[in-house]
Amino acid sequence: MISPVLAVLEHDRGAMAEAAREALTFGRGLAESLGAGLEALLIGSDDADLVAEAGAYGAAAVHTVTHPVLSDFGPEAWGEAIARAAGMLKPAAVLAGGSERGNEVMAQAAARLDLPFVSNCTAIDPSGADGSGVDSGSGEWSITRIQWGGSLLEDVRLAAALPLVTCGLHAVASEPLPEPVSPAAAGLEIDLDPALARTVVKDRVVLEAGVTLPTAPVVVGGGRGVGSAEGFGPLEELAGLLGGRVGCSRAVTNNGWRPHSDQVGQTGTRIAPEIYIASGISGAIQHWVGAMGSKHILAINTDPEANMVVKADWAVIGDLHEVIPAISAEIRRRHP
Amino acid sequence: MPEFPSEARCVVIGAGIVGNCLVGHLAKLGWTDLVLLDKGPLPNPGGSTGHASNFIFPVDHNKEMCLLGEQSANQYRDLGLSVDSGGIEVARTPERMDELQRRMTSAVAWGVEARLLTPAEVAELVPFVNPEVILGGFYCPTVSVVDSLETGTRMRTLAVEAGCRVFANTEVLDITTRPGPVEGSRAVEAVVTDKGAISTEHVVIACGVWSNRVANMAGARIPLAPAVHQMADVGPIDILAATGNEIGYPIVRDMDTFCYERQSAGSMEVGSYAHRPILHHPDDIPSNAEAALSPTEMPFTPDDFDPQMEQAIELIELLGDAEIKYAINGLLSLTPDAMPCLGETPEVRNLWSAAAVWVKEGPGMAQVVAEWMTHGYPRVIDAHGADIARFYPPEQTDEHIWARAAEHFNKTYGIVHPAEQWEGRRFLDAGPYLSRQRELGAEFFQARTWERPQWFESNADLVDRYGVEGREVEWDARWWSPITVAEHLNLRENCGLVDLSAFQIFELSGPGAVAYADYLAVNRIDVPVGRAVYTPWLTPDGGFRSDLTMMRMAADRVRIVTGVFDGGRDEYWARRHLPHDGSVSFANVTGEITTLGVWGPNAPAVVGALTDADLSQAGSPYGWLVDVELDCGGGRTVAAALFRISYVGDAGWEIYAAWDDGPAVWDALMAAGADWGLRPTGGGVYGTSGRLEKGYRLMGAELESEYNPLEAGLARPRVKEADFIGKQAYLRARSAAGGPEVAMCTLAVTDHADRRGRKRYMQGGNEPILTLDGNRITDSHGRVSRVTSAGPGPSVGRYLLMAYLPVELAAPGTELQVMYMNELFPVEVAGTGAVFDPDDARLKG
Amino acid sequence: MLRILCCVKRVPAPGARINVTADGLAVDAAHLGFTTSPHEECGVEEAVQIAERCGGEVTVLTLGPPEAAEQLRYAASVGAHRGVLVPADGGARDPQRTAAILAEAIRRLESADGAGPFDLIVFGNESADSGGFQVGVRTAYGLGRPIVNGVKGIEIDGPAVRVRREIDGGFEVYEMEMPAAVGVKEGINLPRYPTMKGRLASKRLEIEILDLDAPLGGQTMVRLRRPAETVSETAILGHGPEAAPAVADVLESLGVL
Repeated sequence: MISPVLAVLEHDRGAMAEAAREALTFGRGLAESLGAGLEALLIGSDDADLVAEAGAYGAAAVHTVTHPVLSDFGPEAWGEAIARAAGMLKPAAVLAGGSERGNEVMAQAAARLDLPFVSNCTAIDPSGADGSGVDSGSGEWSITRIQWGGSLLEDVRLAAALPLVTCGLHAVASEPLPEPVSPAAAGLEIDLDPALARTVVKDRVVLEAGVTLPTAPVVVGGGRGVGSAEGFGPLEELAGLLGGRVGCSRAVTNNGWRPHSDQVGQTGTRIAPEIYIASGISGAIQHWVGAMGSKHILAINTDPEANMVVKADWAVIGDLHEVIPAISAEIRRRHP
Repeated sequence: MPEFPSEARCVVIGAGIVGNCLVGHLAKLGWTDLVLLDKGPLPNPGGSTGHASNFIFPVDHNKEMCLLGEQSANQYRDLGLSVDSGGIEVARTPERMDELQRRMTSAVAWGVEARLLTPAEVAELVPFVNPEVILGGFYCPTVSVVDSLETGTRMRTLAVEAGCRVFANTEVLDITTRPGPVEGSRAVEAVVTDKGAISTEHVVIACGVWSNRVANMAGARIPLAPAVHQMADVGPIDILAATGNEIGYPIVRDMDTFCYERQSAGSMEVGSYAHRPILHHPDDIPSNAEAALSPTEMPFTPDDFDPQMEQAIELIELLGDAEIKYAINGLLSLTPDAMPCLGETPEVRNLWSAAAVWVKEGPGMAQVVAEWMTHGYPRVIDAHGADIARFYPPEQTDEHIWARAAEHFNKTYGIVHPAEQWEGRRFLDAGPYLSRQRELGAEFFQARTWERPQWFESNADLVDRYGVEGREVEWDARWWSPITVAEHLNLRENCGLVDLSAFQIFELSGPGAVAYADYLAVNRIDVPVGRAVYTPWLTPDGGFRSDLTMMRMAADRVRIVTGVFDGGRDEYWARRHLPHDGSVSFANVTGEITTLGVWGPNAPAVVGALTDADLSQAGSPYGWLVDVELDCGGGRTVAAALFRISYVGDAGWEIYAAWDDGPAVWDALMAAGADWGLRPTGGGVYGTSGRLEKGYRLMGAELESEYNPLEAGLARPRVKEADFIGKQAYLRARSAAGGPEVAMCTLAVTDHADRRGRKRYMQGGNEPILTLDGNRITDSHGRVSRVTSAGPGPSVGRYLLMAYLPVELAAPGTELQVMYMNELFPVEVAGTGAVFDPDDARLKG
Repeated sequence: MLRILCCVKRVPAPGARINVTADGLAVDAAHLGFTTSPHEECGVEEAVQIAERCGGEVTVLTLGPPEAAEQLRYAASVGAHRGVLVPADGGARDPQRTAAILAEAIRRLESADGAGPFDLIVFGNESADSGGFQVGVRTAYGLGRPIVNGVKGIEIDGPAVRVRREIDGGFEVYEMEMPAAVGVKEGINLPRYPTMKGRLASKRLEIEILDLDAPLGGQTMVRLRRPAETVSETAILGHGPEAAPAVADVLESLGVL
């Protein structure tokens, strides 16, 4: 009898994270290839709505862990909880969404279990090297994961008594079951060391309501071609007209024209707008990593062969200093 | 975007400063059916122009580089894309201070405003320079900073308005050629790109560091190598930012550390030519997509820059706390001799090279190539030093290019003596007498690929015999020996033997050979068999293209003998104009024939010991070839041709023999000459003192395309009937009212003493001739009077200079001055002809 | 006096296209320069700033090839005081092995001369190339130190270190007692460039070499490859400002107007 795949659910203040939905979706596929079931681990909460949502995305059962030290998010506490839960439930694999928190808590769990952890996977083939499957405990998994933020793929072999993985964000789109199931919810009693509270969130500060870069429906990006901090004025104007935010490339933040929080890139912010208007940006791979989640891309550039133009859905070949004000003017003309 | 064409009259490959300016200049000259391609994007395709430092220091000792730099600077100014920032070359050593005096002299020669500064004066202009580290400075207020990218864009736009079509992001995959109109020749057929093929008549390669790779596609070679030149941008620097300008302070060239520092808004750009030579193969240059910055902005190697960083901080202390914001190993093109590669490639007709050009000469050199393509030779300047046809095959190998580029890279700001010899890549070509010459202690000088003895240490005893003085100042004595003067005096008293194997010898043969020879030459070549003719070849505009000897060897065979410096260019010219009907064949027979010169009062006796032939003026007249048999001893006779001619102006002959017979002839002459005071004699006599005493002009020195035979004093009384290249222009010059404006004169130095009482000796490096009031002398074409050749005239006891002077100053006895090392020396005009044996008694009996 | 240790990794610095060697085992770095992984570069800057503010010494540690000394010297040129290199044998690297080596190296440094634990160990959140997201966590766990990742702000408050992590629309605050560890993200500061003097001083840095190894973990790289390129036609809406109406049409069709 094959144990189920256990998906760790990311959530924050009562809301399920998209990463958790993706993890469940990905987990269903992994479970199927193992011929196993899918269950979920809900840490620091037993909220019925979260349990139901987990079911909507395929969890046959939800194990909830509550404890004083899990009153809020804390990487060490969560990692320990996962490690202990894994020891108790003995799943076929533990999986989380490859968000920042997801990778962090799985790394914690892996350290505590002294097991390998393969992060940001895009594909998992669990048939072992000898084709016998993992339940014999001797097979290796063939996994593809991303490197360079997604610009390269790495094929790895995983040899582990218990596979610990995260699925790369947006490696799959989250998809609920056609027919939601009602999962069985059961509490898991885990005795956690109070000292784990040392890395639990102490405080939260809300800075701005409204549209943020990662959630903006429209992002107007500028690169080296903008030329100066002041040059971003027309971009701000256009973003404002479209209810979006201004983003920028590394060159811009290195020059001090805009703060790092505006940087779209592998080490900056990954955006997922309906449309990304990238102007004066050539498209180095680390910038592309931040932009590739966009549903559509319009590039404005004088160079028709710039990487950004080649990858975009639409392009305007021209000088952004002329084109962007013209677009704003046209929008105002249509919607005075 | 225009449709991609299938044909055009001319395709220019490369849209950097050169390619852009070239299409602009071609458009101005009436070319409309042009296509410009670049594999990168516009406006900055990622070549060397994109990261250039963009400043122009106009003073250069070399005429082409200086005048084309000035030309270019003015073109940038005319477009409003230039700022005169001024520039200062600072000296840290006494040797460099001497070199700055030389800079001043060149500045005067070329008419560039400049003055010398004390350290305190330098600090006044550039307050962040530490005056205690320097000895002085050479200040040029017209040093300019230009916007090369915008200039290229404007020139390209000009061309587009005239009909030029531009395709960026288009890579050239091949250049196909077809057989040319003359057997063995090839011509351009089409340019094959990743967007399609363009049939075309002309192709110009202006690809910077990729030029040789592209040329190879067509079967041609452009000898250059991509090399690194490091630069770093450091800042912010308050005193620079406070100017509120892109450039507010003069640029500093720290000559002795091979670095420059130029302001770039609030930062300082520090560039270095001091690091180890770092060369790259073109295939190792990344593509536009792969490069982190651009293909020619390669990752910086900080270890190579550190010593210069220390030195820069020494000079400009505030650099120490400035941040290194941007630093690259920037790529530029280096050629074997540090001169650009311009003109039509000898291998493929209508395949033109416009490569190895710096931003500072970009527009000017583009104009040179555009005029070359339009008029058959450039008009703005004689670009013979940059002519791509100058190279001999050994100079076009990667091995040679890399070795020479590595050797001269660190001399970019170096103090290079006009006669300085290369260290590596020597003895590539030489006559068959090397072991003999080595035994005689020959000091070899290299001319292109050919080794020639400059003097022989075995003649050192002659120095005392003739009481030859040394030279007091080390610079004047560098690459010189008093033995050269002694060899001269011995030749004039006894006899000298000169190895002339470096002559480049060609043959035209076939039924049309003589007619073709007449088409190339000013003077009549259709002369009796055995007659040799000394003649210029002209450019289509009537200026000097070549100066050589043509010999009627047979009814249908003409031999051409030219000097080693011009062999490549002259071979190219002779092949290029061959008639298409196959009536003339061209052959290069240099390796088959060796030439020895024997001259002096005893020459007839020496040569006479080897042959029974009649060596009198009747049997062997001046200007004629005579076939003889030379008895070389041991039963060996050698067939040779004696040509009574003398570039040293003394009795004797050039002896032509088969290459392998050369050593036997040498040995026989040396043996025969032992009783006649024969000594082996070097280039110090042949190329310098001998010919200076006779006022014989030298191609590339006195003779350039800016001058015509009338001005050079080489015009014959009548012009032949037959047509020749440049005839119409020549006839117009001859019929110009008032005659030529200038004349080539020989002057003599009347007082050698400098301010410190030391005797100085001019080198023939374009020292300006000035009036007694100290003014430059120029003519109505802007041509300046300057020393084109200089050297001793031992037999007349004077030091001789050659220079063009306005005819009103050309009268013998006219007193003038020459500037040398920034000091004035009195000179006097000797005349327009020979100062020794003016009646040619020694030559013609 | 605070003692801070930064872990850094030498990575290639590619352009708009990244190539893999023919055998698929590495990034083709033929034309590429190398740099410190971006999060870590910010980590070094943060450590130097803290040391300048509070008085302290910054040690930089790397596991890498001999050339990684370049990254140590670069850190010195912006103000780090010590550089330690654990030579990598060029063989397989996996996060468990790396973390085990780093932890042992740190133990050795901490026990040398009775120096005691580093007050703060600074990791990058993840490396630009392999992006495993775990070396910092594993190393800290191996040393028994608390660690928070995703750090965008650090404040030293007596014996405690307060860090902030960005979330959508705000930030979370954590507080740990030193000795502690953090995984920082680019954007925590804007790293300074080295001054010329800094660069020259860095040449005098004596790189300390620690020879260490650890067993391989369970994750083995088979090969690297480029993802399949989805070739799509880019529709050119026009050239210059005249394309504005076509752009507005597109925006309308997407419903963002």
